[in-house]
Order: sequence, then C-alpha cells, then structure tokens
Amino acid sequence: MLEMLWLIPAFPFLGFAFLILAGARLPQRLKALIGAGTVAASAVAATIVAVRFIASPPEGSVYVERLWNWMHTGNFNPAVALYLDPLSVVMVLVVTWVGFLILLYSTYFMAGDDGFGRFFAYMDLFVGFMLILVLADNFLLLYLGWEGVGLCSYLLIGFWYKEEENVRAALKAFIVTRIGDAALAVGLFLIYYNLDTLNIQEAAAHAPEEWLIGSLAANAAAALLLGGALGKSAQLPLQTWLPDAMAGPTPTSALIHAATMVTAGVYLIARCHTFFVIAPAVQTAVAITGAFTLLVAGSSALVQRDIKRILAYSTISQVGYMFLALGVGAWAASVFHFMTHAFFKALLFLCAGLVIKALDNEHDIFNMGGMKRKLPFVFWTFLIGSASLSAVPFVTGGFFSKDLILFQTWIYPLGGLHLFIAGLIGSFLTSIYSFRILFIVFYGEAGQEVERVKSRAATTSLTALTILSIVGGYIEIPRPLGNVTIFSDFLKPVLPEASPAITGTGTFIIFLVVSIICSLGGIYAAYILFIIKRNQVESLATGVPGNVLHRFLFTGWGFDLIYDVLIVRPFVYLTRLNRGDIFDLFYRAIEFFCGAVYGFVRTTQTGNVRWYAAAVAFGAVVFIGFVMFL
Amino acid sequence: MNDAEALNYGMALAGLIFAIGLTGVLMRRNLIFILLSMEIMLNATGFAFIVAGAKWASADGQVMFILILAVAAAEVAIGLALLLRFHGMHKTLDTGRAAQMKG
Repeated sequence: MLEMLWLIPAFPFLGFAFLILAGARLPQRLKALIGAGTVAASAVAATIVAVRFIASPPEGSVYVERLWNWMHTGNFNPAVALYLDPLSVVMVLVVTWVGFLILLYSTYFMAGDDGFGRFFAYMDLFVGFMLILVLADNFLLLYLGWEGVGLCSYLLIGFWYKEEENVRAALKAFIVTRIGDAALAVGLFLIYYNLDTLNIQEAAAHAPEEWLIGSLAANAAAALLLGGALGKSAQLPLQTWLPDAMAGPTPTSALIHAATMVTAGVYLIARCHTFFVIAPAVQTAVAITGAFTLLVAGSSALVQRDIKRILAYSTISQVGYMFLALGVGAWAASVFHFMTHAFFKALLFLCAGLVIKALDNEHDIFNMGGMKRKLPFVFWTFLIGSASLSAVPFVTGGFFSKDLILFQTWIYPLGGLHLFIAGLIGSFLTSIYSFRILFIVFYGEAGQEVERVKSRAATTSLTALTILSIVGGYIEIPRPLGNVTIFSDFLKPVLPEASPAITGTGTFIIFLVVSIICSLGGIYAAYILFIIKRNQVESLATGVPGNVLHRFLFTGWGFDLIYDVLIVRPFVYLTRLNRGDIFDLFYRAIEFFCGAVYGFVRTTQTGNVRWYAAAVAFGAVVFIGFVMFL
Repeated sequence: MNDAEALNYGMALAGLIFAIGLTGVLMRRNLIFILLSMEIMLNATGFAFIVAGAKWASADGQVMFILILAVAAAEVAIGLALLLRFHGMHKTLDTGRAAQMKG
C-alpha cells in the first residue's frame, strides 16, 4: 500500500493540468469538483498511506519510493524519489487535509469570480509543490518544491491582477522570499561541494563526520539553510512580505499561512536538524530570531486595522514560536505547533473571509461590529480559533502545542529564562490581539447589513477545522496532566528528544500557572481594553507619544521604511543615474564603428563597371606585391 | 640572347600588353572597346604562357594558349550577346550611363 505514495503529489498536479488545459470550457461546478476533488483524493491517499505506515512501520520507519532518475552526469545523479518517514507523514497529512478543507471552502468563497478555474488550478499546483517539498528525498527535489510554492504564492497573491496594489504585493513576496531562496541555493552548493551528495539523509549522516562542531563550514551551511527558511517562513528580517501578501483571496492566505508555504522553513530546519546540531551558534540564532520575531510581530498585530493583516502578523508571530522551539532543540514541539497552528490559523482565516464577504469586502475591523448576532456560526468558530491561538488552557489544541514549546524552551539546555520570558510576553500579546479582533468585530453595534452564509461546503469546512483545532492537541499531553506522547513517540525516529536541564513536577506546575496567567490575563486585558474602556483606548492613540508608538507598531516596526531607505531608494537612485546604461556604451561604440565603415564602403558602390575593374586590378596588384615582397 | 634574357623580355612584353589592355578596360566607355581590351589582356596572358613554355621546353604553355583561345572565343560570344541586350535596353553602349546599381 505504501507504493501508492506517488499518487499523493500526483493528484493535485493532475488537477492543475486539467484545469489549465481544459478549464475554460467547463462549468463552474465541474471546476470546483476537479479542483477540490483532486486534493481530496490526495488527502485520502495520504490517509491510507499514513494508516499503513503507522500500522506496520517499514524498516527503520523509512520508506523511499524511487520514481525515476532526474539526470545523470558523472557522479551527480539525483533521483526523483519520495521519502516517507514520520515527519513527512505528519506534514503530508496536514497539507492535504487542511488544503482540502480550504479548497472545499473556496468553492463557496470564490463562486462567481471570473478566475474561478484559474484559482483552483493555482491552488492545486500549490498543494502539489508543497507535497513535493515535504516528500523530497534529496535537496534538489526539495528545492523544486520550494521554488514551486514560491511561484504559486506569487500567482495567488497577485490573483486579482487588475489592481496595481495586488501586483506590487505579489512582486514583493516573490522578491523578498527570493533573497532567502538564494541563500538556500548557495547552502545546497556548499553541502554538495563538501559532502558530495544531495541526498538529504546521506548529507545529514555525513555532515557530523566531515565537519567539526562549530567549524566554519558547518556554521556556514546551517546559516545558509536558515537564510532560506527565514525568507519562506517570513521571519525577521525577511518578514515584510507576509502582511502585504494579504492582497490575495482569503483562502489563499489560509493556505499560504496555515498549511503550506510559511511552514516550509520550519520543515526545512526540522528535516536538516543535524546540520544545526553541529552549528550551535546558528542554532542559537534560530532561537533568538524566533523570539524577536514573535515579539515584533505580536506587538505589530496589536494595532492593525485590517483583519487579515492582524492574522498575518499573528502567523509571523506563531511561526516565530516554531523557530524558537527549533532553536532550543524542541524539534517535535515545533512540528506539533505547526500542526495545531495549521488547524486554527486556517480556521481563523476562513472565518475572517466569511466576515469580509458578508460585509461586501470590508477589511477594516472598526467598520465591523455586532457580528455575533448577525453571523452566530462564524462567531462560535472564530471564538474557538481565537481561543486556540491564545492557548486557552486544557480545551484547545494551541494550548498543548504552545505550552510544550514554552516549557521546553525553559527546561532545555539550549533554551533559558530569557527566551522563555520572551515567549511568555508573546503569549500575552497573542491573547490580546486575537481577542481584540473578536471583541471589536463580533461585539458592539452592528452597522451594516450582512449577507448570510448559505453554503454547506463552507460550514462543513469550518466545522471540521474547529473540531481539529480542539482535538488536535490531545495527541500530546505533558506528563503531569495525563502523559499522552503519541506525537513525540511517532516522531522520535526522526527528531530526537533532548534531555532537559531542569526537571521535576514542581517546575512544571510553576510553569503551567505562569503560562495560564499570561494566556488568560491577555484575554482579560483585551476585554478591559476593547470592551469596557474602548473609548479611552482609542483616545490613547491620539496623544503624541501614543501616536508615535501607534504608527511605529502599525508599520510593523518600520521595517518597510528601513528597507525602503537602505535598499530600494539607493537602488532606484543608481538605476536612475544609469538610465543611459554605461555598460551599453561599449556595444554602442561597436555599432557606431560598423556604421562608419559601412558609410565609407558604401561610397565605393558607384555602379560604374570601370571603377569595379579598377578596384579588381588594384587589389590584384596589392595582392601580388604582397606575395612577391613579403 | 640567352634563355633568361628571352624570358625577361617576353614577360615584360606580356606585362606591357596586359597593362595596355587593362588601361583600355579602365579608360574606355564604349562597351565594344572594353571587350576588345579584354581580348588584348587575354592574349597577353597567352603570350606569357608561350614564352614560359619555350623557356622550359614544355608543351604545357602551348596547351594553355589553345585553352585561352577557346575561352576567349566563348567570352566574345557571350560578351557580344550581352552587348546587344545592353544596347537594346539603354540605346547606347556607354557603360557610364548604365550606372544604375549605385549604392
């Protein structure tokens, strides 16, 4: 049964090909059926493979399906081979199922759009490339998937390409992630140059033998891999593309932010964790990047007005948690948080999409309000999503995954109190901003008429994601609370567990209390700030210090401004200087010389036959003289 | 007069005749005289072959001369045909008047 592994990525590609080639002539229902159906088929295939994999694990918990040889030149012969191990099983299941639920929702959300078929084609391609990425056996295939999702994100962010702003956002996403991609490509060159293989497992096995811990090559390789991950996962300092990426249709945001693209970096680091273990400095950098990112993004999310931008900053912040976990060596916790985050963030985006659609494309949360009565179903699902995002204790998936990260950050030798406190502050901020949306959008007075959701597809999708957001956490429960370790046991063959530096149940209880205080305290703070004292809070932003801080946070700590001043403007200035293109001068000189010679030679073409005869005679004299005297 | 001198004089004469013919081709405007001048140039080369053949007591020079005669005959035939066409088109034999392919 494991042989059907290749079907998992094949289905979405098939759907893409079909929709692109024949899509224009099909009725909308059929397009939706093909678009969502192929991913559903892929999800079913993934489930069958996963069940088979868990029921009777292959030798070493690894199954490699070698499809064909990609190319063969000398010693370099990468294969198109799929690699299935517990990590890729988790990734594949999340990508296909969450992808399917989002596509199911899209059949409602995108109905009537001019680019309906194109949308599903891109989404299928996106899912297909993401599956290639997570199933790749070698770095080259992984890079194919990596670039593929980059391409698809570009296509989907600029999906409504008739508005210039969207196209700009798409280009920005493409260019900023490209910086990371370039780093990744160089990293792969380095790995191939030193280790002579692109196979991920072989390279990971050879790296500790070839490289000393903390040596230059080890640090460089890990740092370059990290660079790639930073770009795709929208971490500091390459996070600026993600908030702008909200220009795309909402299901795209859900797919990019929840299931696929932004977690590619997390997957890459988890997959290549051996490279980071031998480069401790870089691994510390991963943790610090994560901690900074989650604080920067969390605080920026506090003041945004656009509901999707809040969620975008929230995504950056949550991926920051995953990086924090990776940095301290809590590999499994990171993947666990990836999974629960995929569920609740997809849920939140899809709910936000329904609100936006119901209010006729209104994005500003301050123009919403009172949606609790108008859209009760969306309210309850959004409440559960927010609760999971804020890690409300014991009942949500986000609680178990985020607390696992925080706890391991504290107790692991690579972690420490400072990272732990950063995580706690982030957790507090998370609760405030997520419930800020909830209180402002769903409470207060209803201003506008709304269009009710009448779609079984959308409600089914939301219900499924809601259930997953809640139960997704119960597969990994810390020891004092129930000791369920299904998830970490499953991942143990791939991702080893570190031994904690601090142990004891007492520590855990202290931690739990602090963590719950942060999470619920944030919600309470949001309640006070945005329900009880809302007017005072709004007046806070009008004073000078409040206003400056507000603008600082609103622009996401001014990163766009910094890049604009440091990179974009000097570049534009240089291009303007070089408008005449100095490098072209050389070629223009050649052209001028040719033209001049032509002009001279042309005058000899008199049409007068005696001149020609004279030229021939003269040439003969010169030639004979040449031969005779030289 | 020894052989070497004979060759030198002969070659000088051939060169002279060739130069006269070439001058005619270059200076004359009338197509008939240009053709005549070309015949002179051909005969100059033929003469050079004969002289060289006599010098090395070889028949090759004379063989080449006969070949040149044949070529000259063919050339006259074609040349005259072209000349007729030329006159038919331009009502003149002045080559300068036909300078239509001016670059």
